Amino acid sequence: MKSFGKYLILLSTLFINRERFNVYVKRIVDESILIGIDSVFIVVIVSTFIGAVTAVQTAYNLVSPLIPLYIIGTIVRDMTVLELAPTITCVVLAGKVGSNIAGGLGTMRITEQVDALEVMGINSASYLILPKIIAAILTFPLLVIIAGFLSMYGGYLAGVLTGVITEKEYIYGIRYQFQGYNITFAIIKSLVFAFLISSISSYQGFFTKGGALEVGQSSTEAVTNSCIAVLCADYLLAQLLL
Amino acid sequence: MIEIKNISKSFNNKQVLLDVNGQFVKGKTNLIIGASGTGKSVLLKCIVGLVKPDEGSISFDGRDFTQADSELKQSIRREIGMLFQGSALFDSKTVEENVMFPLDMLTTMRREEKLDRANECLKRVGLENANKLFPSEISGGMQKRVGIARAIVMNSRYLFCDEPNSGLDPQTSIKIDNLIKDITEEYNTTTVVVTHDMNSVLEIGEHIMFIYKGRKIWEGSNKDILDTEVTELQDFIFANKLIRDMKAKKDR
Repeated sequence: MKSFGKYLILLSTLFINRERFNVYVKRIVDESILIGIDSVFIVVIVSTFIGAVTAVQTAYNLVSPLIPLYIIGTIVRDMTVLELAPTITCVVLAGKVGSNIAGGLGTMRITEQVDALEVMGINSASYLILPKIIAAILTFPLLVIIAGFLSMYGGYLAGVLTGVITEKEYIYGIRYQFQGYNITFAIIKSLVFAFLISSISSYQGFFTKGGALEVGQSSTEAVTNSCIAVLCADYLLAQLLL
Repeated sequence: MIEIKNISKSFNNKQVLLDVNGQFVKGKTNLIIGASGTGKSVLLKCIVGLVKPDEGSISFDGRDFTQADSELKQSIRREIGMLFQGSALFDSKTVEENVMFPLDMLTTMRREEKLDRANECLKRVGLENANKLFPSEISGGMQKRVGIARAIVMNSRYLFCDEPNSGLDPQTSIKIDNLIKDITEEYNTTTVVVTHDMNSVLEIGEHIMFIYKGRKIWEGSNKDILDTEVTELQDFIFANKLIRDMKAKKDR
């Protein structure tokens, strides 16, 4: 509870004594590149393979001749949009981005760079953390959208190229009983996960004490706590919004 | 002038500072000395506001920093320049960007003006050709110089240095000490240096405060420190053989 209180206080300090707007603009652009653009490669790989594996495993389990093959496309779409693209992508990002944020801030803390900002009269939490949270909120939904498309494309490649399903059937399945709200739900999830991952990792890094060993521990805790928070939020959002 | 009154601080029931009083004089190099773990750096962090003292007050030219509202605190902090023990340069920025950083954040100067000012400060500390290098590409001594340039770029009224010589060879240490002394005289700053380096004490210690187990037990200058009769200070000073020999020669 003490840590949760400290986390809430940290979040409230992000908006007190903020710096000039243009300072944040540059920082947000820099952070968006680090958090977003630099994560595209891993998202592309993970999501394509997730889609491919989902298609192959669904086909493997569809043994009844009564179930049409286009259902493979429908299952890939729904699993991807509702769960795999937002949740698995964000769990992967919790590992990559979360450890990067916590490690970076932890190193700045133990090498007195955070103190240097404070001595200059700069709100170090706001200057360092707020751009990371905003950048994550801006880039995670885009990464999740990319992941969604690529998962379905991965399913298409695995299904069509191996002859499990025809191109026509797969595309029909993808479009069959499509609900636009699922996309909205996925984007809402990505926004919530972006906030949780970036803020929890920042909290872990910002309050690092000690030396290099503790920076490593902060990074590990950032990833662990972010993943737990993402999974809890995933369940709550599903209960509330579906 | 900086004045500290009855500063006490404890961490987890361990008393680190107890009832420390003193003044740091403008235009002079004020030293806080003492053995490792005696509370020197904690005292410095209390003065600059990085650690909140449990008791006591700190005033900067009559402005009470401990009781100040956030606006006054902010304005006092913007008059402070600090050189950290490990230099605390921003790894992702070049030397030039590090020195320009306070100007970027705290002023509305044009980029050319900021560049001129940063280059002027880098020249002052003897680093004209390192602008585009990153902190990881320069030596420890050069990092300290960049730290000093960053500390003076805003024309700071107060300059704080936490163990400026740590990790440096004796020759570079002397250069850094002299640079701090020269800058103090040139900019008329109130400079406070935390050190346990006796060379620094004897070279630049115009006003010295000795801290022992969290208490101030001696105050004076480099002229009278060798003649002290305080046992704890004698133990601290004369641990160095060269200084023992110097004292013996002086007594003869």
